[in-house]
Amino acid sequence: MSKDLKSSTPTDSEIVFGILNNSESAVKRLYVAYFPMVLQLIVNNNGTPDDAKDIYQEAIIVLYNKIKKGDFELNSKLKTFIYSVCRRLWLKRLSQMNRYGGDIHDFQEYLPFEDDAEQHNERDIQFNKMQSALQLLGEPCKTIIEDFYIHNRSMQEICESFGYTNADNAKTQKYKCLQRLKKLFFQQK
Amino acid sequence: MPAKAEKAIFSAKIEEDMRDEQLLEVTERYLNGGMDAGERRAFEQLRKENAEVDIWVIEHQQFTGLLKQYGERVELENRLNAIHQEIDVHAIAEEVMVHPSWIVQLWRDHHSKISVAASIAIFAILGTLFFTGYLNNNSSYVELRRKVESLNRSNKNLTTAIQRINTDGRKMAMTPDKYRGTGFAITSNGLIATNYHVINGADSVYVQNAAGKLFKVKVVYTEPQNDIAILKITDTAFTGLGTIPYTFKRTESDLAENVYTYGYPQDSPVYGDGRLTSSNGLNSDTIDYQISVPINPGNSGGPLLDSKGNVIGIVKAKETHLEGVHFAIKSGYLLDAIENIPTDSLTHKPVLNTKNTLSGLTRVQQIKKLQNYVFMVKVYN
Repeated sequence: MSKDLKSSTPTDSEIVFGILNNSESAVKRLYVAYFPMVLQLIVNNNGTPDDAKDIYQEAIIVLYNKIKKGDFELNSKLKTFIYSVCRRLWLKRLSQMNRYGGDIHDFQEYLPFEDDAEQHNERDIQFNKMQSALQLLGEPCKTIIEDFYIHNRSMQEICESFGYTNADNAKTQKYKCLQRLKKLFFQQK
Repeated sequence: MPAKAEKAIFSAKIEEDMRDEQLLEVTERYLNGGMDAGERRAFEQLRKENAEVDIWVIEHQQFTGLLKQYGERVELENRLNAIHQEIDVHAIAEEVMVHPSWIVQLWRDHHSKISVAASIAIFAILGTLFFTGYLNNNSSYVELRRKVESLNRSNKNLTTAIQRINTDGRKMAMTPDKYRGTGFAITSNGLIATNYHVINGADSVYVQNAAGKLFKVKVVYTEPQNDIAILKITDTAFTGLGTIPYTFKRTESDLAENVYTYGYPQDSPVYGDGRLTSSNGLNSDTIDYQISVPINPGNSGGPLLDSKGNVIGIVKAKETHLEGVHFAIKSGYLLDAIENIPTDSLTHKPVLNTKNTLSGLTRVQQIKKLQNYVFMVKVYN
């Protein structure tokens, strides 16, 4: 399987436009195309395939958001970009685990990075807070909030699926849920 | 009165809740674009006038935005995980792994077993060495024949060769000797005692007297277990030594007895004295005395005498790890060795001197007499 996919490595502009157009297959082709490269980097530098998966997905998300935000400039190859992001993320992970021996075995050329690492981190922290706030919120609030604010379902639909007798009850319920979620979110340090 | 106030607060709270819930609804309609133009204008007016409402709307917008982004992130992660499921990670990992050489691989796979095996092997070896006494014995025990620095010695050889040519009118080709020790006469007809380790492995052995004269000798008898060798001067130029001034003591000497030696740790003879410090040698070996006489390589085979001029031993070795611990073979073993010489090796049985002419003399006079009977043993191989 990997052999076939390798031979049909997508071009960088295909990927960028695919992601901008919310193409499912673009993400998949991107993912499949460069995973072996990152796996090679990680497993030959004290990592496991699972580490490679974490790091690679983090890098794909960085790239995805950059493209979505429209500030990704194709001044380097996607391949180099992904490799560089993964390399930096892995170095950081290694030093956090005290496994970094001061020497990394490289397989590709890479870009030196300094920008938007902090910003990316900040958002990850927010997401983690949101995740645990939703966890603490419990059912049915969690589903109501997710349905309404994330999946863009109408109150009418939500009403039906939860069996509320009238929409006002559902609205009050949603209001209370949101108040609690905000409280839980902002209480966290 | 308090009940009334409480009720007022309660109803105010309900009102607040109601108002907030309405505000939420209105805000959401506003943000979703569910308002018509008039309503919209009115709401924007409210925001302008009421800063509290304005802040609330902004905060709400940010919070729901984050919630939405979070949802998108979760969805993306799920999608990536689904894609990841389809990849044969193991196969790719095999392919991209930088394979270390087979020996490193072997080590990685089996290092615990190898370590255990190595530990056992080391333990077994050390154990064996320990129980066989190997570790206690040889580490620092040095037998004291001297390896001669060839330059220094060849110079000396040249001198003696020239002397010989001058005195004897005989020519002799000299090759450098390899080892040196000391020997001393046991009979006047040229039997000489030394250590077995001095002459061990020799092709030919010569002795040199105090005057620098060289005589060829033959090894007539050895006792390796006691480190004793008996030499006989076979050189035709040898005419006999005269009466031996010292006697040989059969019985063991006592501790703390004043003893001395005389030998050739260097090209000129060296006198050294000390005390008999133990009646047993290394590891309580009863063959040896332990003595505090300073001795060095080249002293091996020299006589150990007591203050009355009796030979009580043959200087043999020292313990390098300990200061002033030296060993000499007890003279009783030398006497045994002399008796054990096979009769066919000699023309007649050796007759040992029984009259001690050193006993009444001062140490200086003793040495003067002694020097003619102590030889430098030169070993060639």
